[in-house]
Amino acid sequence: MKAKEFKVTWGMVIDLDKCTGCGACMTACQVENNIAPMVDASNKMRTLSWMLVYELSNKKSGAEAEVAYLPRPCMQCGNPACVPVCPVIATDKNEEGGIVSQVYPRCIGCRYCMAACPYHARYFNWEDPIFPKGMEKALSPNTSARPRGVVEKCNFCHTRFMQAKDKARQDGGDPEALADGAYMPACAEICPTGAISFGDVKNKEHKVFDLAQGKDAFRLLEKLGLNPQVYYVSKREWVRKLGDNYAATGKPGAAKKHS
Amino acid sequence: MDRALFPDGVERCSFGKFVLWMGFVTAFFLFGLYAMLLIFYKGIVVTGLDNYFGFGLWITFDLAVIALGAGAFFTGFLKYILKIDQLKNIINLTVIVGFICYSGAMLVLTMDIGQPIRAWFGYWHPNVHSMLTEVIFCITCYCLVLVIEFVPLVLEQKQLNKIPFLHHLAHNMHVNMALFAGIGAFLSTFHQGSLGGMYGVLIGRPYAFREGFFIWPWTFFLFVLSAVGCGPIFTVLCCTLMEKMTGRKLVDFKTKALMGKIAGTMLTVYIFFKILDTYAWANNYLPSIGMTFDQMFYGVVYGKWLMFTEIILCGLVPAIMLITPSIRNNPTLLYTAGILDCIGVSLNRYLFTVQSIAMPILPFDTWQVYAPNWAEWATSGMIVAYGVLVMSLSYRYLPVFPQERGLNR
Ligand code: SF4
Ligand code: SF4
Repeated sequence: MKAKEFKVTWGMVIDLDKCTGCGACMTACQVENNIAPMVDASNKMRTLSWMLVYELSNKKSGAEAEVAYLPRPCMQCGNPACVPVCPVIATDKNEEGGIVSQVYPRCIGCRYCMAACPYHARYFNWEDPIFPKGMEKALSPNTSARPRGVVEKCNFCHTRFMQAKDKARQDGGDPEALADGAYMPACAEICPTGAISFGDVKNKEHKVFDLAQGKDAFRLLEKLGLNPQVYYVSKREWVRKLGDNYAATGKPGAAKKHS
Repeated sequence: MDRALFPDGVERCSFGKFVLWMGFVTAFFLFGLYAMLLIFYKGIVVTGLDNYFGFGLWITFDLAVIALGAGAFFTGFLKYILKIDQLKNIINLTVIVGFICYSGAMLVLTMDIGQPIRAWFGYWHPNVHSMLTEVIFCITCYCLVLVIEFVPLVLEQKQLNKIPFLHHLAHNMHVNMALFAGIGAFLSTFHQGSLGGMYGVLIGRPYAFREGFFIWPWTFFLFVLSAVGCGPIFTVLCCTLMEKMTGRKLVDFKTKALMGKIAGTMLTVYIFFKILDTYAWANNYLPSIGMTFDQMFYGVVYGKWLMFTEIILCGLVPAIMLITPSIRNNPTLLYTAGILDCIGVSLNRYLFTVQSIAMPILPFDTWQVYAPNWAEWATSGMIVAYGVLVMSLSYRYLPVFPQERGLNR
C-alpha cells in the first residue's frame, strides 16, 4: 500500500543520551490513558504499556560497560504494518497529522495487527479494566476505558490533540497549524530530563524539524520501510547501531530516508 | 438394533460397541466444551497466548486443518470439472472431511477472537485490503458450499431416501453438484491463498514476508499448492484409518494410489517453488533488511532442523515417493509418504505462525518461547473429537462408500 502524505506530521524525537530510564513517561501514559492496574502483573507479556522503556547495553564489561534507555511508543508509521491487515478497519491512518488510530468499539480482537507490528507497540486487553476503589476519582474524563478483548496502543494522547485544536479555534487560530508546544503528549510533557521532544516534523517552526534531521538522528528498523514518525538521537555509535539490523553487511548507518 | 438405518447391504458393529465408542470420544468432546465455555465466559486470558504470541496453537491448528481439508475442493474439482470418474469412490469422504475441517476451524476462530460477538464485523466493516477479510469471506461461504455438498449425502440415508420429496431433492442437488464444485474450487483457492497471503504481507516479520506478483505475495501461491499437495492424501489416510478400525474395505487401492498421485504431483510442484522461494528469501530479501538466514533460527525449539524437516524430510521425500509409481503402489510406502506430507504442511503452517512472531526484530529484543496451555489443547482436541463423532455417524448410517459392498463380498 502506498504511504499517505499529510501536511502535518506529528512526530517525536527522543534523545537517548538524555533519557535516564526513570519511567516517568510510562507512568504518565498509564494515567493519561486510564490504563487499569492489573490484579496480577507478574506476567510482563500481558501487561499494557503503550509506552515501554527498553534497556540497551553495549555488551561490554567492566569500565567499558554502558547502558542506554529507549522509550518506545507507537511509531505512528508512515507505512504502518498494522493498518492494511486489519479485517474490519479498526485501525487506520487517515487523519491530518498522521496518527494511527485505534477504534475500540470496532476491533474484533483478532490480534492480526499485533502479529504485524515489529515494534510490539500493540497490546491486547486480556481482562476487563478494574480500577481499585477510589481510583475512579483520578481517572481522566477524556479517555474512554477499553473492554476486554480489544487491542489498543499509543495514539500520541489523541485527546490532547483534539483539545489543542479546540483551543486554537477558541483563540481564533488555525487548528491545522498548531504552534510548537500547543499539543504535547503526556510522556513528552512529564519527562524530567526533557529527552522527549514533540511536534510537527514537517514544520520548520517546530523544534523537532531540525532535531529529526540531525546527523545523530535515526529511526528504528528503517530498512523494513515502515517509515516511523518517531526519531531517536544519540551521539553514541553503539546506540545508533542498535536501531537496525546490520548482521548481513556489518555496516552501521543505513541510508536515511526522511518522510 | 439400529440395523434398519444402515446403508444397504453392509455390516456394522453392534449397537453396544458403537455407543461405547461414541461415549469414549464424547468424553474428550465434553472436556473441550468445558474449556470453550470457560473461554467465552472469562476471555482468552485462560489460554497461554500473550502480547507477543497473539497467534499460537489455534491459528496453527486452523491453518493446518484447512490445508488438510483441501481434499474436498480439489477432488471435487477433478471429479466434476475435469471428469476423472474414478474419484467418485472417495468423493463423499472428501466432502465429509472437508466439512469437518472447515466447520471446526470456524468454531476455533470464534473462540480465538477477543470479541466473539463482533465476529460479523468482517462483513459489516470489511477492509478490502486485508487478506484476513478475504479469508473470513471465503471460509464462511465455502463452509456453506460444503454443507450443500454434504446434505444430499445425508438425504440418501436409507430411511430418509424413502420419502419421495427428499429423494428428489437429493437427486437434484447431485445433478447440480458440478456448479457447487466449481464455486467451491474458486472460493477455496482464494482463501487457501489468502491464508498464505496473510503472512506474506507482514512487512514487519522477516521470517514470513515475501515479495510477490501484483498484490499477492509468493506465499499466496505456495499455500494453495501445498494445500492441494496434502489434502487428497489426508483423505486417503482418514479412509485407511477407518478401514483399520472397522476391519472393512472401503475404497479400492487403485483409487487411493490415484489420490496419492494427484497429491504427489501437486506436492512436487509446490516443493520446487518452495525451495526456490526459500533460496531467494535467504539470499536476497534477508540481506536487504540487514538480517541473515542464521538469525531466523534459535536454539532447539526454533532451530533450523524444523525448516529442514519441513522442506526435505516432509516435503521433498514424500514428493518423490508419491510421484514414483513403484513406491506409490506399495500401500505401506504410500501411507508413510502421506503421513510425512501432512506433517510437512502442518509444520509449515506452524513455522509461519509461531516462528515469525517469536523472532526478535528489534536488535535489542530477545527470542520468546510460547507454549500452548491446557485450554488451547482441550479446545483443539474438542474439534478432533467433533470430527470423529461426525465421521463415525456418517460411516454407520450414510452410504459414504459406493464400493464397500463390492469390496467386502
Ligand atoms: S509502530 Fe506498530 S502499531 Fe504503531 S503504526 Fe507502526 S506498525 Fe502500527
Ligand atoms: S485486533 Fe482489532 S485492530 Fe487489530 S487487526 Fe484485529 S480487528 Fe483490527
